[in-house]
Amino acid sequence: MDELIDIAERIAGRARDGEQVEAFVVHERETEIRAYGGAVESLTSAESQGVGVRVVAGGRQGYAYAGTLDARALEETLSEARDNAMFAEPDEFNGVALPDGVAAADLDLFDASLAAFSTDDKIALAIELERATLAADPRICGIESAEYVDTVHESAVATSTGIRSSTRETGCYLSAYSLAEADGETQTGFGFSIGRGPAVLDPAKAAADAAERATRLLGSVKPASGRVTVVLDPWVTAQLLGIIGHTLTGDAVQRGRSLFADRVGETVAVTDFELVDDATDPDAFTASMVDGEGLATRRTPLVVDGVLQGYLHNSYSARRGHTASTGSAVRSGFKGAPGVGAQSLALTPGPRSQAELIAGVDDGLLVQGVSGLHSGVNPVSGDFSTGAEGLRIRNGELAEPLRELTIASTIQRLLLDIEAIGSDLEFLPMSAAGVTLVVADVMMSGV
Amino acid sequence: MLDHELINRTLGTALRTGGDFAEVFVEDKRSSSATLDDGRVEELTSGRDRGAGIRVVVGETTGFAHTADLTEAGLRKAAEAAAAAARGGGGGVREVAVRSVEGIRPHPVRIPPEDVAKATKVELLTLADAAARAEGSAITQVSARYGDSRRRILVANSDGLLAEDDQVRTLFSVSCVATGDTGLQTGRESTGRTVGFELFDDADVDDMARRAARRAITKLGARPAPSGAMPVVVGPGGGGVLFHEACGHGLEADLVAKSASVFAGRVGDAVATPLVTLIDDGTMAGEWGQFAIDDEGRPASRNVLIQDGVLTDYMWDHLRARKEGRPSSGNGRRQSYQHLPMVRMTNTYISNGDDDPADIISSTDHGVYVAQLGGGQVNTATGDFVFGMTEAYLIEHGEITEPIREGNLIGNGPEVLTRIDALGNDFAMGSPGTCGKDGQGVPVGDGTPTLRVTSLTVGGTAA
Repeated sequence: MDELIDIAERIAGRARDGEQVEAFVVHERETEIRAYGGAVESLTSAESQGVGVRVVAGGRQGYAYAGTLDARALEETLSEARDNAMFAEPDEFNGVALPDGVAAADLDLFDASLAAFSTDDKIALAIELERATLAADPRICGIESAEYVDTVHESAVATSTGIRSSTRETGCYLSAYSLAEADGETQTGFGFSIGRGPAVLDPAKAAADAAERATRLLGSVKPASGRVTVVLDPWVTAQLLGIIGHTLTGDAVQRGRSLFADRVGETVAVTDFELVDDATDPDAFTASMVDGEGLATRRTPLVVDGVLQGYLHNSYSARRGHTASTGSAVRSGFKGAPGVGAQSLALTPGPRSQAELIAGVDDGLLVQGVSGLHSGVNPVSGDFSTGAEGLRIRNGELAEPLRELTIASTIQRLLLDIEAIGSDLEFLPMSAAGVTLVVADVMMSGV
Repeated sequence: MLDHELINRTLGTALRTGGDFAEVFVEDKRSSSATLDDGRVEELTSGRDRGAGIRVVVGETTGFAHTADLTEAGLRKAAEAAAAAARGGGGGVREVAVRSVEGIRPHPVRIPPEDVAKATKVELLTLADAAARAEGSAITQVSARYGDSRRRILVANSDGLLAEDDQVRTLFSVSCVATGDTGLQTGRESTGRTVGFELFDDADVDDMARRAARRAITKLGARPAPSGAMPVVVGPGGGGVLFHEACGHGLEADLVAKSASVFAGRVGDAVATPLVTLIDDGTMAGEWGQFAIDDEGRPASRNVLIQDGVLTDYMWDHLRARKEGRPSSGNGRRQSYQHLPMVRMTNTYISNGDDDPADIISSTDHGVYVAQLGGGQVNTATGDFVFGMTEAYLIEHGEITEPIREGNLIGNGPEVLTRIDALGNDFAMGSPGTCGKDGQGVPVGDGTPTLRVTSLTVGGTAA
């Protein structure tokens, strides 16, 4: 890790007068094992590294990257970023982050036991996951995939303005996609188990979830269209929150792409709706000590008592919005400059479990999975329409499984139609935590 | 890209633990892009990714490793890691001598993007911005993106194959936001081809920007989309996404082999109305999903998947084809040298029918006309799929009437194929797409004439 920060600092140190330079250096190791038919189907052992350099001069920004850390490539990347900057137009708010004195949370995101976990043990876990999934229910007839994946991520950010930060994290997971069959009908389900180290991985749980999600959809029918109350499974809620997080970035607001622009201080959701982005929460799998620009992450309340509090910012959108960065610079790898985004959203859980909430619904739908969020949800207009599968709720009880339907509303309305938030807060491998959400008066489209 | 003797030695190392098959995939990819947003050329980005992926197959097991270090030492280390991962029982030395495949020619590029001044690329962005904003004050935001890439690949394997390709792609997109009393709406247009900067000889950036802007403005007046099952007419070009999801993925041999496709075991069956002939064609000159060789070194080919409604074949990669003792269909693709290849589509299309598109609409009493689609998703095991409509209208009494708001449509692949009752004679390719599968994205094209599905579920909010 010292090596990465040294490389980043060497590049940042090359800044010329009137120029800011930021270097992001990353090194990753990954093992991916897929089991099939009781044996290894594929085993990938990967090591990758890269550098991304941002240069700001005269308010103009340029970026360049290379998928290697060899000295000549680093040199070329810096000069290419410099050259790219000359062709962009100036923006007074452009610039890399400045140290802001906020201390990074002390989080332990690195599990040293992963390094000692042998390839044979990893293979055994993947094969056990496949076996357990197939054995979980007689109707499970096959496996689409059963895999073990682990990653060791190390990265560093240094700037000519004095930022110097580095981080290292481990992660591993098991995931299974099962196929269930009955009366010529096939259904699929997934299950997973995730942790920073292998000790917490639970193949039995992942297998049971994958089997249950598939088998409980067997015998499903296409419903009649109509307005219903939907109960969103935590996995589904997390995906919805991820989209909402996107609309709450300073970037989307300042560029006129957010339905929440100019609404700070207004009621945007029901009173129970409290949304916080907090990458310093050690329980979150997406926790991190520093953001993509090297600033400390922090806890940012976004909606309190249903009232919009503010937006997420990186250093650019903070300058432009005359406010401070919320430590929300996010990167998707080293191939692009950091943007703004939520890192670990969570709702404040309510008092009741999913089962208790279902018991209170007369006519509804438990949504187990959604599809096409990228094609049917427009985070600019708020239009929300997604494919869904799940179970009918009749008189407070789960009834027949439903398939080939959509649920639709608008993001604006969904937040005001929330009837309850579950007690089952669950951190997931995505930028938002899951929790059961009950939403009234959603259009279900079927036959 | 690499010396033949070095390739032979690397393959020899990869086979040292008893592998049945070994492959070296070398990639050198340069990309550049420029973005405009908020009235300003925001940023130019450029980068290079270079490395090799080494695959060793022993029985049913594949070992894979990759490296950015293309020296002999780097390649040897990756070959050893791949061999260890596959762990064959045997040992000893196997000599490999690769020979170049004759007759493979990369698609000719007239104007290599690397020879075009950055300032010229940037000009296209400002042109698009001005054109979109000229459509009216309702256009409150415009973003535009120019991107090009040059991807040189070399594939060599223990069967002695050695093949190379040089793939140049150029892409341009414009997105607009319109603001009105009803809130915000968006409109997007994009074009992309496996060509160089000559893309802009045909692609009119000004016109694209205006179309994107008008789409956003039109949608300001859109009413909520209907809900429930109804006839759906899809305009020319757009319907490719529908087939990509409804049956394209389900015809990938890797999913078929795991019985994770509703089309498993159905070759020879009538799976669609006789109007439907579905083709996947990696040779379509200049199209977004075109290449000279796939990422396993097989020449691109034209494969008829459904002929007059009858399922004729699946798409194949090396591994699945080898197991079946048949040739690959040239559909083995991967996102980069850091990924294992798998079965992927290239350019997937429905060939022309006989119907006049105007007649298709006028003979539809009520339903939805989808002018532009916005991606989709499928569960190949159940066949249920969705696709988004980013520009759509109501059809009332045989006429296209009011615009409707965005949403998904949902259907079941095998059912939808049997409900296609009209096919136009106005074939067009759709927008360039990135197809995602198992976390890997590859460029794909698609196309269709105007077509009608007698019943699809529209996921709107109106009763």
